[in-house]
Amino acid sequence: MNKLLSSLRIALRALRVNRARSALTMLGIIIGVAAVIAMVGVGAGATARIQDQIQSIGSNLIIVMPGSVSTNGVRLGSGGVSTLSEDDAKAIAAECPAVAAVAPTLRGGVQIVFGSANWATSAQGVTPEYTTIRDLTMKSGQFFTDQDVDAGAKVAVLGETVSQNLFGGTDPTGQVIIVKNVPFTVVGVLTPKGQSPTGQDQDDVILLPISSARQKVIGGNRANAKSVGNLMVQAVSPDQMEQALSEMTTLLRERHRIQPGHDDDFTVRNLTEVFAAQETSAQVMSILLGAIASVSLIVGGIGIMNIMLVSVTERTREIGLRQAVGARTRDILSQFLVEAVTLSLLGGIIGIVVGLTASALISYFAEWSTEVSLLSVLMAFLFSALVGVFFGYYPARKAAYLDPIEALRYE
Amino acid sequence: MPAVIETTDLVRDFLLGEIPVHVLKGITFQLERGDFVAIMGPSGSGKSTLMNILGCLDKPTSGTYKLEGSGIGDLTRDQLAEIRNKKIGFVFQQFNLLARTSALENVELPLLYTDLPAKERRERALKALQAVGLGDRSEHQPSQLSGGQQQRVAIARAMVNNPKIILADEPTGALDSRTSLEIMAIFQRLNREDAITILLVTHDAHMASYANREIHFKDGRIESNEIIAKPRDAQADLAALPPEAVETVKEEVTA
Ligand SMILES: Nc1ncnc2c1ncn2[C@@H]1O[C@H](COP(=O)(O)OP(=O)(O)OP(=O)(O)O)[C@@H](O)[C@H]1O
Ligand SMILES: [Mg+2]
Repeated sequence: MNKLLSSLRIALRALRVNRARSALTMLGIIIGVAAVIAMVGVGAGATARIQDQIQSIGSNLIIVMPGSVSTNGVRLGSGGVSTLSEDDAKAIAAECPAVAAVAPTLRGGVQIVFGSANWATSAQGVTPEYTTIRDLTMKSGQFFTDQDVDAGAKVAVLGETVSQNLFGGTDPTGQVIIVKNVPFTVVGVLTPKGQSPTGQDQDDVILLPISSARQKVIGGNRANAKSVGNLMVQAVSPDQMEQALSEMTTLLRERHRIQPGHDDDFTVRNLTEVFAAQETSAQVMSILLGAIASVSLIVGGIGIMNIMLVSVTERTREIGLRQAVGARTRDILSQFLVEAVTLSLLGGIIGIVVGLTASALISYFAEWSTEVSLLSVLMAFLFSALVGVFFGYYPARKAAYLDPIEALRYE
Repeated sequence: MPAVIETTDLVRDFLLGEIPVHVLKGITFQLERGDFVAIMGPSGSGKSTLMNILGCLDKPTSGTYKLEGSGIGDLTRDQLAEIRNKKIGFVFQQFNLLARTSALENVELPLLYTDLPAKERRERALKALQAVGLGDRSEHQPSQLSGGQQQRVAIARAMVNNPKIILADEPTGALDSRTSLEIMAIFQRLNREDAITILLVTHDAHMASYANREIHFKDGRIESNEIIAKPRDAQADLAALPPEAVETVKEEVTA
């Protein structure tokens, strides 16, 4: 410990002799470390944002859509006729053990009027299960109940965006709005969710009981009084997703009387998987950014090696003298290694500060959330030490194996 | 008790390209504890080459060199470094002090490569500086010292490890006659009081007269090796010098 401190002192003194040169050499490491920290921060911020958005969608989600998708992605079949019904939803909930909840939905664009204000948005006919599956909570008021759905009650729950645009800051609960010329009473407002992973505003929505939506607003399929748009399904747990998918497929094929060898008239998609792919691509991006930034760290390391080689040449006589008075190979080696590592670690520490500042500025001005983890700071610190050892070793070794007589005689 | 230095038929050849240059052509001699030898001889006769071997900085092409009875022929680089650290002190013509480093730290340098604790290193370095009369200059850097003072710092550095031998290759070559005398006085004291064996290479016959043995070199061989029956006393000669010549140097430095 004492030895380390005194070699650190010697190194600092040697570095002070050529302040400007040492500072410029460190600059390479400073830029490298700062770039790594800022870039990894930006990447982690993007990943975290996508994770948040995935969270906001709900977990373990499967969506069942009418019609089928062929292997090349072309949608086939139903010709606009919905093949899914509320009975399918009930059957899935009752007969598939891997399924926790099912919520039928019916979607359509609507114009909402309140007094002189009006707003175009997307209406969703749903049942109370929808709140469980989408993990919705109420900012004010209550969600409508199963009785409201059975009775076809004309009640509505607003998303935050809709509420803001029609009512400004005031609480709309109890007010009557006109949806497609039909009066609905507002019973509650949802807690805001923000953007979906696909960039949609999840709060620009009005939720209605699916029965009233079908009869009064969106207009379901006449062939099937209980037809629905999509089914939102929640599996019991993440590892039951595949099980739920196959159970539903089997059940729906049976209920729709599809012969073996014929295409499904519905499509099941694992939503979590779709968004996980986006998350992966964000992670790949952050790794790439980090890798590019690491290149500048390596360039900084080469700068250190260059300067240390110059320093060894300049101090040949000093090395010869130290050898003459008894410095062993490892003494000289460690002296120059400590010097290189001091250079790179100092650069690393300054680089960490610069990197933290840079990512704070990026969050502030670019409004792009960055997340600098303690781990990335520690890694940067460790990595800059490693750069010092790696690029300092060759010059230090060169110094340690100088011939003392020649070194002493060096002009 | 074995001789401090014992060489037998030392040969040192250098290769200049393909052609071997014979620099030392068979050197055999012995030195005992407390010997003070002046080595003289024409330029290029191999004096420095011999000093390098005796200082364990170089190895002979053939022949043996025993330091306190043990041969150094088979030692590794680091073992040689350890011997230099513990048994040998060097004094060079160009002083070879570390720039921008205080006199005290310069003297301490050999101790950095020992296991001594920092406090004891300081104390010993300070004592060595005091022994050469520079106790009050310990914080001065080489650029703030005169040539004679720098060489005294270098001697303090050479003696700080209590070496068996001190090798001084033309230590007064860059100094005027008065400061040279001061250096010789210090060598004589170290030699008499601490019984350190001193080898002094010099071109100045007057300096050689302070030693108690004189070896003459010629063309890689020892031409003569004789005891000086009555060496001069440097301290006495110094006292006999007119005083004014000295102070000019010292005044400048302290100012
Ligand atoms: N590394 C080397 N390679 C080749 N020749 C060398 C080497 N070192 C010394 N020599 C040669 O050995 C000879 C003796 O050199 P050395 O330095 O020992 O002489 P010296 O007696 O100390 O001379 P001086 O009084 O000028 O210092 C010289 O001719 C020199 O050129
Ligand atoms: Mg010489």
